[in-house]
Amino acid sequence: MIRFNQVYKRYPGGYEALKNVSFEISEGEMVFLTGHSGAGKSTLLNLIPAIERPNSGSVLVKGQNVGSLKGGALPYLRRNLGLVFQDHKLLFDRSVFDNVMLPLQICGFDHRESAKRVRAALDKVGLLPREKANPIALSGGEQQRLCIARAIVNRPSILLADEPTGNLDTDYAADIMGIFKSFHQVGVTLLIASHDENTLRRFGARTLTLKHGELQP
Amino acid sequence: MRSWLVQHVRVLLFTLRRLRATPVSSLLNILVIGIALSLPAGMYVLLQNVQSLAEQVAGTPQISVFLSMDASRDDIARIGKQLKQHEAVGQAEFVSREQALEQIKRTTGLTDVIGGLTQNPLPDAFVVYPKKLDSQALEALRNELQKWPRLEHVQLDSAWARKLEALLRFGRLAVLILAVLLSFALVAVTFNTIRLQILTRRDEIEVSKLIGATNAFIRRPFLYFGLLQGLLGGVAAWLIVVASVHLLNGSLAGLVQLYASNFTLRPPSADNTLALLGFSAYLGWLGAWLSVAQHLWRAEPH
Repeated sequence: MIRFNQVYKRYPGGYEALKNVSFEISEGEMVFLTGHSGAGKSTLLNLIPAIERPNSGSVLVKGQNVGSLKGGALPYLRRNLGLVFQDHKLLFDRSVFDNVMLPLQICGFDHRESAKRVRAALDKVGLLPREKANPIALSGGEQQRLCIARAIVNRPSILLADEPTGNLDTDYAADIMGIFKSFHQVGVTLLIASHDENTLRRFGARTLTLKHGELQP
Repeated sequence: MRSWLVQHVRVLLFTLRRLRATPVSSLLNILVIGIALSLPAGMYVLLQNVQSLAEQVAGTPQISVFLSMDASRDDIARIGKQLKQHEAVGQAEFVSREQALEQIKRTTGLTDVIGGLTQNPLPDAFVVYPKKLDSQALEALRNELQKWPRLEHVQLDSAWARKLEALLRFGRLAVLILAVLLSFALVAVTFNTIRLQILTRRDEIEVSKLIGATNAFIRRPFLYFGLLQGLLGGVAAWLIVVASVHLLNGSLAGLVQLYASNFTLRPPSADNTLALLGFSAYLGWLGAWLSVAQHLWRAEPH
């Protein structure tokens, strides 16, 4: 499903974020990505939806080399991916409902069908009672769940999450990991970046560890 | 197809709401565009009017033949006969000095002034309608008539029409230059408006791109906004021109009476109106497109 072949990513100024990274994630797998802060977790995740491009090596998603995709093809790649951002990237000028509606508007879905899907997604993360609220009024954990609802409303086959439990206390974190587990059970491929060792140990899933941009054996 | 249409209608409604949400700045922008466009548009309308007037007048070129003040009745009869018999003359119409004075009294309202005159200062005259209307034949006829005795002055009334035509060409070029310059201004105004909108909606654009929005999707609301703003600016320009024509006609009525003409300025034709609206809408669209393109280009992954 996702495959990295000898990927290097250098930033201007010579800083090497990723060095010779190769791995493969098969369909329906749930994989954790861990490592100290600044180890390259976010960079690695950004390469999959082509938010950034590798300097060398190839990143394959469903057999497609996303590093060399033209700008016009990127939207269609990203519509198949669910992205949960570290900083949530919610829009505070609209309601919870409209935040989740955005991906469906972008794909040009029928309005009534979209409304149903939005409510289903909000229900899954337990935010249905807050659909009319403004995201600014939500707690950190709720904002994180809203971001997840927006990522899954398109029913993507791959879900990428960057520090989804970053600033949450243990109860909230367990909540969110439970939500991810339920996606895993319905066959979604998940790649979750986290430095939270406790959570990882509890799940016992396959773990990729980055250290100074290199994948540890 | 249907969902595509629904999307466009939704964006259009959204754009209208946004225009209404900031009424003052929307109105000011529309006014700026309207005033900028009304200058070349108004000048164009003026030129069109002057041109049609020139065509009216030049369409029937005539030669005014003024007799000298000491011409006797016999002279008048002789000259009239000679003129009618001349092969190049189609028709010759006698205007006596009394008729001319009467006409001036009637049309200028200078009755008092004229009443104070002890004698009629006007000469007798013939209005000659030549057979051949090309400028060479006209010139030749005038030169010939000028040599006749008892004629004070021979005036070819189409000479000024040709000078006017040259002047109109100059005017049209000036309008074109003005239109091009102000078009740039319109594009710049829209560019800047859209740039500010992009800045306030930066987050939305970023998130939309990250979750799979095409550039067309992101561009669409801004393009509609530019198009609509340009179109409304065009409407404002049209209103300004039509109102000005109306106002000018009011004061022109007094002026043209002096020349015994019923000339009135005509407002822009339907064709010209459509062209104005289409052009301003297009320029608005172009300004918006450039603005969004610049932003999107910067946001591409490199």
